[in-house]
Amino acid sequence: MAAWQNLVNFLGPDLTRIVVGLVGVLALVQVNALFLVWLERKVAAHIQLRIGPKEVGPFGILQTIVDGIKLVSKELITPRHVDRKLFMLAPIAVFLPVLVSFVVIPFSERLIIRDMNVGLLLIFAFSTFNVLAVLVGGWASNNKYSLLGAVRAVAQNVAYEIPLLLTVLSVVMWSNSLQMSEIVASQSKVWNVFWMPVAALIYLICATAETNRAPFDIPEAESELVAGFHTEYSGMRFALFFLAEYSNMLIVAAVATTLFFGGWKSFPGLGFLPVPGWIWFFAKTYVLIFVAMWVRWTFPRLRFDQLMNFCWKIMIPVALLHLIVYAGVIKIIN
Amino acid sequence: MNSVQSLIQPHVLAQIGFAGVVALILAGALIAVFPRSILYNVLGLIVCLTGVAGIFVYLGSPFIALMELLIYVGAICISIIFAIMLSRPLHLSLPKRRLPKVGLALGVGTAVFIMLSAIISRTEWQPAAMRSSDWSVTTLGTYLLTRYDLVFEVISLVLLVAILGAIIISGYARRSTS
Repeated sequence: MAAWQNLVNFLGPDLTRIVVGLVGVLALVQVNALFLVWLERKVAAHIQLRIGPKEVGPFGILQTIVDGIKLVSKELITPRHVDRKLFMLAPIAVFLPVLVSFVVIPFSERLIIRDMNVGLLLIFAFSTFNVLAVLVGGWASNNKYSLLGAVRAVAQNVAYEIPLLLTVLSVVMWSNSLQMSEIVASQSKVWNVFWMPVAALIYLICATAETNRAPFDIPEAESELVAGFHTEYSGMRFALFFLAEYSNMLIVAAVATTLFFGGWKSFPGLGFLPVPGWIWFFAKTYVLIFVAMWVRWTFPRLRFDQLMNFCWKIMIPVALLHLIVYAGVIKIIN
Repeated sequence: MNSVQSLIQPHVLAQIGFAGVVALILAGALIAVFPRSILYNVLGLIVCLTGVAGIFVYLGSPFIALMELLIYVGAICISIIFAIMLSRPLHLSLPKRRLPKVGLALGVGTAVFIMLSAIISRTEWQPAAMRSSDWSVTTLGTYLLTRYDLVFEVISLVLLVAILGAIIISGYARRSTS
């Protein structure tokens, strides 16, 4: 405890919170990616009537650690014709929004690094850099598959961001705040998912598209584009893209938990259990992630024009209509 | 130890942050103008606008800062990049800089700079704290929909014109190719 006191005295309470928080976030990101990669392989295997990783550790749980060591020890190949500076910048830039977004996610009532009054906005503002990194990486690779993947990623992300923000807007109107903790507090009686199920559905679909996961994984469609924007990346640079993808899954699921599934609050009717809030939060988040994996291994990939038509002709009109209807309803209620 | 501690005082940190943000803006602006690769130029613009968002944070309005990121970096710069990504493969040689073009750009840039600095130096600036103590998101929203209603609408008009323009241009392109 003495060392802790020294740290607080040295840095001051605010800085301590940020430093400790960021260290915690870095740890969480790594552990989460290790776990999710393992989970994804297991889920995929069982859906396809296989067993999945089973050799390293019980149930193969140590498999991703071994994979990680392999990735760290691999050579970083920089192909000759790439744009060197941007090629190296992209894997770093893809990681920036991940670190920033975790700052405002309320894991429990107290466990939040900084409860900003514009927290939700922060996450969406910084998610831009993710797209940017994909773009820069794809372009700098100087490879037609990478470029095609990057162009698809941007077209898709720009399109799906619109219905995403529109549905989030209805939640914000209902809770009357952009502050994550207040959005959770506004769901103390009814979770938003029961009160606006359409918004929750649109959010989950768009979130799947924003994280470039199947059935929306055309930016890295293996059968057409090799690996899309990260075709030319090897070793730890590739691993950073991978890490960012799984962290983004955690972020969108955590935001969904906060916006629609009552955040750190208990499941309805289970409030008497002595379970701390963060366990509820992670339980809900990982259930959502499991659903995303389930969807990924169940549905085939969309074609690009189907994807765009689905967004512009169905999602955006429905999201707009939803916003207008709920604006009216909320006005009448109040 | 003490020297580090004196560095992490809030006001010193704020100064360092401000200097960093200004450096970011200037570096971004330079990258936006000088390199010959147009993708670098846009990335410079992004760095510059991120720095401007940093200025808003420094001025105590994280809301405006995040809107700046969301709109200028997230929407505008990404769509610029999207347009230029399809324009030029990396291995083609770059066209030369033409002197008249550079001169014109320099002239226009200087004129805008002189005009802006003249306006800035002639205006009597009142600190925001003197005009009002309430700059919350709610107040800003109320202002936008009451006092600055017209400006707000005119901005949407600009966007509408841009959308129509894009539709017309792509429509022509399609008709001429098919």
